Amino acid sequence: MIPQPLDLTAPSPPSVLELRGISKRFPGVVALDDVSFDLRAGEVHVLVGENGAGKSTLVKILSGIYQPDAGEILLDGRPVTLPDPHAAQELGISTVHQELNLVPHLDVGRNMYLGREPMRAGGIIDWPALYRGATAQLAALGMTFDPHTRVRGLGVALQQMTEIAKALIAEARVLILDEPTAAITAEESEQLFRIVDRLRGQGAAIVFISHHLEDAYRIGDRVTVLRDGKHVATQPLAGVSTRNLIQWMVGRELTQQFPERPHAPGPVALRVDGLNRQGVLHDIAFAVRQGEIVGLAGLVGAGRTEVARAVFGIDRIDSGEIEVHGQKVRITNPNEAIRHRMALLPEDRKQQGLVLLLSVADNVVMAAPGKISSLPGIAPPGRRVSTADRFIEALRIRTPSARQRTMNLSGGNQQKVVLAKWLLTEADIFFFDEPTRGIDVGAKVEVYRLMNELLARGAAIVMISSELPEVLGMSDRILVMREGRIVAELDGPSATQESVMTLAAAAEEVVA
Amino acid sequence: MSQPADVGTVEGAAQPGPRWWPFPGIQLGTISQTLGPLISLIILSLLLWTQQDVFMSSNNWLNIARQASFNAILGIGMTFVILTGGVDLSVGSIVAVSSVVGGMLIINQGWSMWPAVLMMLLAGGLCGLVNGLIITLGRIPPFIVTLGTMQVFRGLALQLTNGQPIFDITKVQPEFDIWGTRNLGGVPSPVIITAVVFVIGYLILRYTRLGLYTYAIGGNEQATRFSGVKINRYKLSVYVLMGLSAGIAGVMLTSRLNSAQPNVANGAELDAIAAVVIGGTSLFGGEGTIVGTIIGALLMAVIRNGLTLMHVTAFYQQIVIGAVIILAVLIDRLRRRNAA
Repeated sequence: MIPQPLDLTAPSPPSVLELRGISKRFPGVVALDDVSFDLRAGEVHVLVGENGAGKSTLVKILSGIYQPDAGEILLDGRPVTLPDPHAAQELGISTVHQELNLVPHLDVGRNMYLGREPMRAGGIIDWPALYRGATAQLAALGMTFDPHTRVRGLGVALQQMTEIAKALIAEARVLILDEPTAAITAEESEQLFRIVDRLRGQGAAIVFISHHLEDAYRIGDRVTVLRDGKHVATQPLAGVSTRNLIQWMVGRELTQQFPERPHAPGPVALRVDGLNRQGVLHDIAFAVRQGEIVGLAGLVGAGRTEVARAVFGIDRIDSGEIEVHGQKVRITNPNEAIRHRMALLPEDRKQQGLVLLLSVADNVVMAAPGKISSLPGIAPPGRRVSTADRFIEALRIRTPSARQRTMNLSGGNQQKVVLAKWLLTEADIFFFDEPTRGIDVGAKVEVYRLMNELLARGAAIVMISSELPEVLGMSDRILVMREGRIVAELDGPSATQESVMTLAAAAEEVVA
Repeated sequence: MSQPADVGTVEGAAQPGPRWWPFPGIQLGTISQTLGPLISLIILSLLLWTQQDVFMSSNNWLNIARQASFNAILGIGMTFVILTGGVDLSVGSIVAVSSVVGGMLIINQGWSMWPAVLMMLLAGGLCGLVNGLIITLGRIPPFIVTLGTMQVFRGLALQLTNGQPIFDITKVQPEFDIWGTRNLGGVPSPVIITAVVFVIGYLILRYTRLGLYTYAIGGNEQATRFSGVKINRYKLSVYVLMGLSAGIAGVMLTSRLNSAQPNVANGAELDAIAAVVIGGTSLFGGEGTIVGTIIGALLMAVIRNGLTLMHVTAFYQQIVIGAVIILAVLIDRLRRRNAA
């Protein structure tokens, strides 16, 4: 039974920003359908919804990138138009996009003041004033790093801070944070939350978009749920349970997020011993059995992805032994890894997993064109499509046809295309790096089911994940990594979020 | 059963086509990519027709096709290179090397025609191989490498001949004119050669792994490498194909001029790149077609032919061609914006 969302009728403080009846259509898709939304001064309004719910479209309308087909935008009660991003900024609406918009070669200070440099007489930039201002602004956010630091060398979290500081220098009253916690660690998120708290205290109006519902509860005052382009609910977070939120998001009850599976590991499929890569990996040793998922947990930068890359032949290793099904092998490039029937589903699907400009069919056959034609060098398009069609059906990939470009698919369906590519190579050792990042709740469960099907067929899986519930729910064994080393092995079913986090983060205490 | 509307999770994405589009298998985007240049070609031709009756005569069209053929052959090779995200600035110089090799073998060494033509193609392919090896093994951007080899190959052609043209090849090998000046069944031989090269190029691009990976490398080299594709091997092949096209163009031009000239085809690379770009291929790689390139080469030839018929000076023609290149990219940009 899904609870009916109520709307607040009590008198409320005036809205800084209000959207009324906003609609936006794209060919074949209604991205937003009559959506209303309001934002008050001194509140953090969290926007949640599955992928494709319309969050990104809403953000793009608010930041002046898209124009709505219908509806109006009111700022302080007056209707405004946002014909382009510059206009939005002039009106005090600043957006920190998921893909950060900084100039990598310039330093933090110059980025913060880009286009608003303090001037001396005669059109000369007042550099001392610029860096003084930058330092002051960073300090106001509780940050102490040097504004002379080049942006290129900064981690994602600090780049985000720079963007926020830049928005404040632009005198933003409305700050939109689009998935700010997607690419940063838990600690960095906490730091971000403290800054958001501080800005809220100063009366800023903040829209916070996140996939993580925990984020909503940590930082949000009110939450708005979108589903399939429609407004589902706007509620104070205090009165809403996670269960309700998920139900509103998916429109159905989620009974079992992590499907059960029989636990029956077979012989060792992959054994790694004494793997070293200078400054990155130290004495990595582990084994994965057929029918088993080994989870690699750890903070961002602990070296989990690097383990997968090293074994898969992407990064050169300094020393170490790899055994596949009991046979010692040497792997120096991905091609050799694939010949030993390994598969890598990378963290960054769009950059490393798929050729977005190419069709589903072309992506599926990419790694194993020999499977679709016995003639050397030949890969007939008809066979590519018929091969892909098999996987589209088997994996339930939602696409109008195998000829559709993969860029037009949602995250979950893109992940399935990557998986189909490796199923065609008949891989039996899989590295899943953040398998459900950027994938909506419903599709996540499907990915988990597919992983279980692989296990049932005797595959061995190494899963890297930053989502602790996922690591705990899916892994038979958990290896915790810290600073390029495996520091602990835990039994999946008995491990807890606390035990994993403590091991993963312990280094900080030792160093400090 | 799958209709675009089923894809509820696609946010703000381009769809394969509007509801009225009856061929779900073929993306409208792919067609409109070549449709733009094609419509421009038709409109321009009709316009020129209203100005000059003779423009629409079959003779004039054969003339246009012949004029387009040299650029089209280079453009076909260039399409492969640009699809991988590369570029080859040395093709004009490769044409000169091929031409000079042919002239020297026939006139100075007394070779007969067929072996000489084969060597001209090989010379082109070899130049392409050199480009490809430096690009892949040295990991140097193609722009820089071919900017260098453009000078190297041109210098080679000049040095081999001491800067002097080699005239009157048909005096020794009378049959050598079949590649450039003769008509076969009423069709100029360069047009036939171009048609053959086009068919081969089309088949490679559509039906082979090389074709698949040409698009894949240009679309996302990293993802392609992570799929186990031996990137260097395919890149190398593409530059060799480009060199071979330039070799063929060299044979055609040497036959047409009945002489081997070390200064020939100066700037031909820019015309070839222009044909590719006008034909809708992205300079960033990953998307485009050879059909588009052929249309691009035809469009350039039509402009030159039509303006000549209208007694517009060659200088003005240059201005118009330049404007068309920019216009083509502008239209492409607008098309993308509408699609996105």
